[in-house]
Amino acid sequence: LNAAARRAPRHHVRFLPAPAARDGGVAGLVATRVPVLADHPLVRGPRFRRLKMGAGHRLDVKASGVFVLGIGHGNKLLTDLYNCHLTKVYTVGGLFGKATDDFSDTGKLVEKTTFDHITREKLERILAVIQGTNHKALLMYSNIDMKTQEAYELAVKGLIRPMGKSPPIITAIRCLQFTLPEFQLEIHCLHETQQYLRKIVHEIGLELKSSAVCTQVRRIRDGVFTLDDALLRTQWNLESIQNAIWDCQLKVKTELEKTL
Amino acid sequence: MALWARQVSRWCCLLQTALAAEFPRRLSARSSTTRGCRGFAPLAPLPSGNDVLPWRLQAYRHVSVGSCSPPGSAKDGSLSSHESNLPSPVKQEQAKAETLPDLNAKILYEDWDDIPPSSALEEISEEEAVQIIAEPLLPLQSSTLRDYVDHSETLAKLVHLGVDLSQVEKRQKAGQLLLNLDFEKDIRKILLFLKDVGVEDNQLGPFLTKNPYILAEDLEALETRVAYLKSKKFGAAEIAQMVSRAPYLLLFSVERLDNRLGFFKNELGLSVKKTKDLVIRLPRLLTGKLEPVKENLQVCQIELGFQRNEIQQIVFKTPKILTASKKRLRQTFDYLHNIMGIPHHMLTRFPQVFNSKLLRIKERHMFLTFLGRAQYDPAQPSYISLDQLVSLPDEVFCTEIAKASIQDFKKFLKTL
Repeated sequence: LNAAARRAPRHHVRFLPAPAARDGGVAGLVATRVPVLADHPLVRGPRFRRLKMGAGHRLDVKASGVFVLGIGHGNKLLTDLYNCHLTKVYTVGGLFGKATDDFSDTGKLVEKTTFDHITREKLERILAVIQGTNHKALLMYSNIDMKTQEAYELAVKGLIRPMGKSPPIITAIRCLQFTLPEFQLEIHCLHETQQYLRKIVHEIGLELKSSAVCTQVRRIRDGVFTLDDALLRTQWNLESIQNAIWDCQLKVKTELEKTL
Repeated sequence: MALWARQVSRWCCLLQTALAAEFPRRLSARSSTTRGCRGFAPLAPLPSGNDVLPWRLQAYRHVSVGSCSPPGSAKDGSLSSHESNLPSPVKQEQAKAETLPDLNAKILYEDWDDIPPSSALEEISEEEAVQIIAEPLLPLQSSTLRDYVDHSETLAKLVHLGVDLSQVEKRQKAGQLLLNLDFEKDIRKILLFLKDVGVEDNQLGPFLTKNPYILAEDLEALETRVAYLKSKKFGAAEIAQMVSRAPYLLLFSVERLDNRLGFFKNELGLSVKKTKDLVIRLPRLLTGKLEPVKENLQVCQIELGFQRNEIQQIVFKTPKILTASKKRLRQTFDYLHNIMGIPHHMLTRFPQVFNSKLLRIKERHMFLTFLGRAQYDPAQPSYISLDQLVSLPDEVFCTEIAKASIQDFKKFLKTL
């Protein structure tokens, strides 16, 4: 950013005494435009020393995935996006047979169990139960009177969601892969933390009369931002960031206008 | 008319004597207001009102002091009735105005033993006017060099050389040092000396940016140090290279340099020629602190488990390992040895892996395991050497080593 063109150094007019043209004559003044050295790039220093950046929804140390950042004036859009209450999609990987104190595979081991009795149908049954209970919570926290026509129309379009603070709610959950002892889930949720998702994995293990730890939490989607828009570590340079901002601008604007 | 003016002025001065503290300010205020109205005279709507103006402004001053407003306004009224029909040229008004300060000055002499300030209304010749340079004063204290750079020749010449003053002013006392030095007397000699040593012209700017303190050094001391290095059989080009890359080198005294060279010879156990080679390649070793180097050597020996001859080989190939951070060394070694399963002798052969970023190694290794091509044992087929793993750019790595496209690599990285 600092290599980009900056405003040219100011010139100021200095009156330098010119040598007298005739002896005893009046010493004339010559007005010359001299660049002010205080504006020289080497004296002034780089134009940008800091940038103001803000972060979107939290992503903790052990998780990975899409992480939204705002730069400069974009920070104001971050609060608006937060108030939109859009769902986030996670891929959660789990492992049967172990239980740890912090529900992830790097924690202290608490117990070990067998898991041969677990089948895919049992898992899917449990997931359906979870989805059902969370759906009830969703309807309750969205503060819409269920008996109105308006509520029915919103429900048909799938737009019912809590527009204020609420505890974590899972709107959809399904199983992507199941190879004993590993399994992978896709979870759509609102207002959650990654530790909550790991706890869900642990509880799924308990419900199946076994135990489970969470090996991986990855956010695939955060509202309008998907994995395709995300920049890799090797792409953290000015051009790609500028392109990414440009591409996402339209999407963010339409979403904000739709919701607010 | 003039009599009127003098009488009224004397009356005003008497009023003023009652307020002794305000005098100098008022005098200058009066003179400035009269000057101001001299300037405004051509623009005044009523040409006859010129005379009224100084008195009116005076009335303002009276009001500001707070005690003379009624007389002022009364005087004003009387004057305006008398003088509204008298056109007075500007010069007469000037003469009148000039008499006023004189009268005031006379009265002042009685009260104050002070040199009266020269009236700003004196006429000066054109030559003197030309020679007056009225510039705003330089600040006595400032945290940046920007305020002084326009007025100091030394700083201007340094900027033209390429010294980055914004970096220099962040150092302790460096800015003060530069301001006190004179370009012709001190800096020029040292710059010529540096050129003799072999620093290039376009390198002088960055050199001074990193090490402005060299301008305060004694020329003889610098020459002795260069002579010492030459006596240790460092060639002239090598000395030039070392000095350019480690600007602080010439600040160290001869004993200190000697101690450091001895230290490296003893600790590493290398021959004199190899130590010299090492120092030429990484002159920072001589200017940096010695404790971290010792600690790094201990880490390599005890925690990472390398033998002494292995350490010597590694350090000779990549001297940067001596200045690397211990945490990073430990993490990289842990990943390479325990997770990738690379034995010590392989690491001794390719020590560049310790210099590269851990994230890069991790990503590439995971991609290769995903493809099933992670084979680091030279005895097996489809062997991938460690230096290729680390040093190749992404595109070449994908096409040649992993035999996959870059899009696949990027998609895989997004799944991590």
